[in-house]
Parts: sequence; structure tokens; C-alpha cells
Amino acid sequence: MPRLIEGIIEAFTLIITLDPNLMKIIMLSLQVSGAAVALSMLCGVPLGAFLGLKPAVRTRFVSKILYTLMGLPPVVAGLIIYLLISRAGPLGVFGLLYTPTAMIIAQFTLAMPIIAGLTMVGIRSRGKEIQETARTLGASRLLTAWTVIRESRFAIFGAIVTGFGRVIAEVGAVMIVGGNIDGHTRVMTTAIVLETSKGHYELAIGLGVALLVISFVINSLLYYLQGGVGSYDRRL
Amino acid sequence: MTGGYEILSVEKLTKKYEKEVLHVEKLSFEKGKIYGLIGPSGAGKSTFLRLINFLESPTTGRIFFRGKEVFGNGRLDLSTQRGMTMVFQKPVLFKTSVSENVAYGLKARGFPKEEIREKVELLLKKVGLEAFAGRHAGSLSGGEAQRIALARAVAFDPGVLLLDEPTANLDPNNIEMFEDLILNLNKEKEMTVIMVTHNIFQAKRIAHEVLFFYEGYLVEKGPASQIFSSPEDPRTRAFVEGRMVY
Ligand SMILES: Nc1ncnc2c1ncn2[C@@H]1O[C@H](COP(=O)(O)OP(=O)(O)O)[C@@H](O)[C@H]1O
Ligand SMILES: [Mg+2]
Repeated sequence: MPRLIEGIIEAFTLIITLDPNLMKIIMLSLQVSGAAVALSMLCGVPLGAFLGLKPAVRTRFVSKILYTLMGLPPVVAGLIIYLLISRAGPLGVFGLLYTPTAMIIAQFTLAMPIIAGLTMVGIRSRGKEIQETARTLGASRLLTAWTVIRESRFAIFGAIVTGFGRVIAEVGAVMIVGGNIDGHTRVMTTAIVLETSKGHYELAIGLGVALLVISFVINSLLYYLQGGVGSYDRRL
Repeated sequence: MTGGYEILSVEKLTKKYEKEVLHVEKLSFEKGKIYGLIGPSGAGKSTFLRLINFLESPTTGRIFFRGKEVFGNGRLDLSTQRGMTMVFQKPVLFKTSVSENVAYGLKARGFPKEEIREKVELLLKKVGLEAFAGRHAGSLSGGEAQRIALARAVAFDPGVLLLDEPTANLDPNNIEMFEDLILNLNKEKEMTVIMVTHNIFQAKRIAHEVLFFYEGYLVEKGPASQIFSSPEDPRTRAFVEGRMVY
């Protein structure tokens, strides 16, 4: 028990003094998950918008696949990407295994279906009528697409934030394809696993607190966004 | 109402979903007139409007707008699309300010900023909502929203204005205001108006010509006075006399 209390005290020392080791791990986490979510957004928002504008009966099959992928266990995503990029795999020549790029790819496979799926659901409610209104008012295809996305902005922001929340907190995928290499592919979650197993609680607790803070920010954002959906809103 | 020349026409226009829901042999509309489309629900009135506004593509048939065949080369061009616009039964306003809503079509057409500002101001005055310019569109009542939807639709002076039961959800006061606006636009701008209405009294009040649709077919077309006083088809008679059960 005294060790635990010591750990907590040391953890806060690390946080308050902005310990370089701690900061480096947090930064890498944010970079990897941020990049994965940015890519997921670029693919997932247009895909979700496309599906959301089709009649639900015509996208039943794709929707089921998407929903399944939304719940894909991170370790399974990690395993699949591992098999693809390991030296013997079909993409082995690129030498991606145990690099941040591999981690971004793995997290992309986790975040993309979430962003696409939630965007689809968000657009389905009003997307068709917005699309027709834009078109009848003479909007080009591009402006029509932009209008549909703009009108569903709360749902889409929500989708992106949810995707980020999922990948920043996952450990299985980045562990398998990143390898948790110190100073290279070690992120918050994998560091917590390692430090805890070694009994070094101070860094583990410090990172845990950082994750909690990030999670709090994410959920506050979601709470705010969901308040905005449905009701009219002057803020955005 | 000088009008006269043909602005829009269709030939052998059909639409099939599971079964055929619309079949119009030949029909044309003259510039500057107000047309009232009546008929029981399910008669294909909305489908007809959606086809001529290119929101749906026809199963067969041809559509001519301002002398040019629409879809002639297999693809709809934007300038044709921009000649017509539709106001739906339920006003669909964008989640921005009232004036941004009215400006939408003008912005899409690349009007200069100053001109947009002037036009929007004028239109808001016309629909009696100039005090609402900065309000969020979501805060309007149904009647106000529909007037804004109308202002937004006519902002860019469409040659043909399509209305699909635009007053079905409005109170009598707003209905009267809406009808006056339509009559004014038609007079001032010689705007051709094709209006679907459930309400035969409304068709009586504002339409020059009335078209009666029944089970996907255009049964009868003629001057409003004639359709209401001496319809030729027994189904039209039943409908305008309120004897048709639907
Ligand atoms: N997207 C669609 N899919 C299948 N059937 C449709 C579709 N849209 C309309 N219909 C059918 O076409 C017929 C005509 O509908 P509609 O044009 O809306 O009639 P109205 O506007 O005169 O009430 C109806 O039987 C309706 O069920
Ligand atoms: Mg209808």
C-alpha cells in the first residue's frame, strides 16, 4: 500500500514537472491516434454520407458489415494488420512492422468503420431531404454534398470524436503491430501495461491520469454535441 | 398574364416503381400561367413534379424545357436544373440564419455579394419577415418557415416554380399570405407556377388551368372555370363535387 501512495505522489510529480519521458509517450499517442482518425475521417465521412443517402433497404448488407467492423476487437485488427505487414506478409516489403505507421494503419481499421457508420446513421435522418432541397435550389454536385455534410455536422463531429475516443484508449492493436518499443512505438496504453507488469506504478498512474483527462475532454465534447443535435443552435 | 409560349412539355412520360405509378401521354405548360394539379392521394401528382424537377428520373419519356430536351444527351446539365425549383409540403430549411437560407440559391449561382444582400432584403420584406433576417431558421413557426422556403425558391427568378402541397400544414392566415405571394410573383415576374394541391378551393382561388390526376393518369385538363363548373369526365366531376371517396 505505501508503494501505491508513493506511486501516486510520484505520478503527479511527473505530470506537474512535465516529465520528458511522460510527455513523449503522450505526444506519440496523440500523433498516432490523431493521424489514424484524420485518415478515417477522410474516408469515413464521404463513405457514410454516400450510404446514408441511399435508401436503408439497399444498404442493408453493407450496413451489417460496417456494424460488425465497428465492434472489431482491437487485438483482431492488430493481428490482421500484423499478418499483412510482417516480413512474410503480402505487404512485408515495405518494412512497416513495429513502426508508428503500422500503428496508424491498425487504428485506422478501428476508427474508420465507426466514423463511417455513425455518419451514415446521422445523415440518414435528414440527408435525403437536404440533398433534394440543395439540388432543387440549383446547387452543383459538390455544393450539394457539402450542404448535406454541413447540415449533419453535429452527428459527424460526434462520429469523429467517438472514433478518436476508441483508438486513443485501445491497447491490443498498437501492441501487436507497434511492439511497444521504447522511444519509438511506445504509447500511453502499451506503456501502462508494461510499467504495471514491472511494478513501476508512478509512470503507469501518470499515464492513466492523462488518459482519463483526455477521455473527459472527449466525453464533454460529445455531451455538448449531442445537446446540439435535434435542437436548433446558434453556436455553430 | 400575357404568356403564351410553351415553356415546359412532356411526352410519354412514365414512372414505374413496383408498378407503374405515372403515365402521361402529352402535356405542356405555358409561360406565365398558374396550374393547379388536383387528384386523390396516390394519383402520382408528387411523382410528376419530382420528374419534371429532375429529382427522379423517368422510366420512359421525354421532357422539354425552354425548347431543349432535358436528358437529351443522357445527362442533366446544371443550367437546365437551375431553371426550375420546387417548394415541398414540409419546409426544409438549412440550419443557419434566415437570410443565409434565402441567399442559398443566389450563392450557388455566383451572384455578387452586394446583389445578394439587396435581393435577400427585398425578398424578406416581400414575405413580411424582414425583422427575422438574423434569426436562426430553426426558430421559425411552420408558416414562417414555409414563407422563407418560398422566398428562397424565387430569389433567383426560376422560370417555373413547382409547389407540392405547400400550404397543407399552414393555418388559414398563412395560407392566404402564401397564395397572395404566388399571385404576385406570377403577375410581376410572369413566373409559371405548377401547384399540387389537395384543396380544390385553393385551385379555384389561384389556378388559371386545372389538371386532374387519377391513378397515374391525367384525366382532364382545362380552364379552372370549366373544370369546376362542367367537367367532362365523371371521375373529375366526382372529385370536384367531393363525392370521390379516397
Ligand atoms: N419511391 C417510391 N417507391 C415506391 N413507390 C412510390 C415511391 N414514390 C411514390 N410511390 C408510389 O407512387 C404512387 C404515387 O405517389 P405520389 O406521386 O406521391 O402521389 P400523390 O402525390 O398524388 O399523392 C403511390 O402509390 C406511391 O405509393
Ligand atoms: Mg403528394
